[in-house]
Amino acid sequence: MNNGAVVKLIDVHKTYRTGEMEVHAVRGVSLEIRRGEFVALMGASGSGKSTLMNILGCLDRPTAGRYILDQAEVSELNRDQLADIRNTKIGFVFQNFNLLPRTSARENVELPLLYGTRGLTNAQLKEKADAVLASVGLAGREDHHPSQLSGGQQQRVAIARALINEPEVILADEPTGNLDSRTSVEIMGIFQQLNDRGITIVMVTHEQDIAAYARRNVVMRDGLVRDDRAVERRLDAATQLREPNREEPE
Amino acid sequence: MRVGSTINVAFRALRRNKLRSVLTALGIIIGVAAVIAMVGIGNGAKAQVEAQIASLGQNIILVFSGSTTASGIRTGWGGAGTLKIEDAEAIRREVPGVTAVSEEVVSTTQVAAGNQNWFTRIYGESADYFDIRQWPLADGTPFTAQDVRSANKVCVIGRTTATQIYGNENPIGQILRIKNVPFTIDGVLTPKGLSAQGVDQDDIVIMPYTSAMKRVVGGTTLRNINVQVADSRQLTAAQQQIIDLLRQRHNIRPGRDDDFTVRNQQEIADAATATTDVMTGLLGAIAGVSLVVGGIGIMNIMLVSVTERTREIGTRMAVGAHGRDILTQFLIEAISLSSVGGILGILLGIAAAKTIALTRHWPALISPASIVIAFLVSAAVGIFFGFYPARKAAALDPIEALRYE
Repeated sequence: MNNGAVVKLIDVHKTYRTGEMEVHAVRGVSLEIRRGEFVALMGASGSGKSTLMNILGCLDRPTAGRYILDQAEVSELNRDQLADIRNTKIGFVFQNFNLLPRTSARENVELPLLYGTRGLTNAQLKEKADAVLASVGLAGREDHHPSQLSGGQQQRVAIARALINEPEVILADEPTGNLDSRTSVEIMGIFQQLNDRGITIVMVTHEQDIAAYARRNVVMRDGLVRDDRAVERRLDAATQLREPNREEPE
Repeated sequence: MRVGSTINVAFRALRRNKLRSVLTALGIIIGVAAVIAMVGIGNGAKAQVEAQIASLGQNIILVFSGSTTASGIRTGWGGAGTLKIEDAEAIRREVPGVTAVSEEVVSTTQVAAGNQNWFTRIYGESADYFDIRQWPLADGTPFTAQDVRSANKVCVIGRTTATQIYGNENPIGQILRIKNVPFTIDGVLTPKGLSAQGVDQDDIVIMPYTSAMKRVVGGTTLRNINVQVADSRQLTAAQQQIIDLLRQRHNIRPGRDDDFTVRNQQEIADAATATTDVMTGLLGAIAGVSLVVGGIGIMNIMLVSVTERTREIGTRMAVGAHGRDILTQFLIEAISLSSVGGILGILLGIAAAKTIALTRHWPALISPASIVIAFLVSAAVGIFFGFYPARKAAALDPIEALRYE
């Protein structure tokens, strides 16, 4: 099993103009994330964590520095090439789910496959999507539309969509931001299960409680990484779910 | 294949919001239906007129008294005519290829029998008229060349005149007082129905032109001369020879206009349909404008759609859509709307044309060419008016799009 670096940021800067002002959102971040890690990227609003996430997700290019994803240099790629990287190597999970409305869970999950290079028949798409939906516990709900699903179920659909192309890394941006506390624990449980299976996860959050489910915390402030350490008292979602009345971890 | 899935994606998107898709396509549907219907009715009317004129007989040349303006409208109706009986005789004798000639005078007057009377058209013709005009008798016999030579007081009448005067009785052999002159009815014409202009062709009395000129119409000149030529190939030559002959007989010097008009059936048909053509073109153009409006409607809705689906576009880009994929998707959505709208519009237009034609007793002529053109134009409208919104969608920045409220 390759335990090399999936993500390698080398002195990455990001500056952008809003009108007359220049904003230095990221001011020299170097970071390595190995395969199989579960990283929580933390920071207050304006710390640069969202901008760094966009760069990690290949939605944006760094102004300076290098980004090596799965041993390939991606900082100099054009828009279409970045789109292909996003399709094959990255899976996104958003705070507000970003599912297509009035579309079945299955069709939502199939979406990345439609932009892939392999032409799949409708039957093949269905087969793959149903399999992944089952793996996140949504077997039987493949035909449901988002309006017929709870927040937690919608986020599971989003996770399934992120998984379908077997990406190198899952990027989750405040995945529990729109969920109640119990559902948040369920979703964190899914992430922990996926991580146990070897899937690399990078999660942005501003909540200490949620960060505690990861294995490593990276804290940003004012565009730089200020702290980077393993989580000391890790929460285990599976255990928590078995004891519904307990708020405190063991 | 990427394009295949894009079509898949586009159709899924259209299905998601069926009502909006239908309403957007409505502009195109109505526009295309209007064009198809207008052009279909116009063509039908034109064909009806042409058929009417063709039914006047085969290989016919008409010689009118008086000169015509450029658009074929005759001047000098009923006034001092310039055609003489001797002109018709000369044509009969001297123009090769002529098989039949009918001298024609026309009037409208009272006819009566018993205590019934009726105001009808009187046509004075030669015995050849029934062949020239391809108008057989339903009952009785036509008058003969001898009747013409003797100016006998005989006639044949149309079905409408017969019914008006005699009801269900057999009119043959009865006396009909025309301008108080007693005429014997020799026959009844087969019915021909309404002409394209709405005139009842069966409301008519036909008699020898000599009798008409002597006793009913008066005057010494003919209104026109109907000439039948043996063969369509001789038509143009015969026309020219008639012109030359009459110019010579009327002593018209070179460089001066004719004091008569010679037209063959095709020219008459063309003149009659010229107005219809202009009307059809005009109506078609107006309907075309509504097609443009339909296209603008598509562009409008696509723009709204792009704005509404900004987050969705951002999501698609996040999971790997290229700019070109988004452009193609929205373009296909627009083209699908306009093409399906075009097809529905064609069907609706055909139905509308046939319905309107039914009430006017015209056939509606929908040519395959007009259907193909209408479809291609509606597809083109989709491409043209869908392009700008599609390009806007493709140019969105994924990060901004994902943040959009």
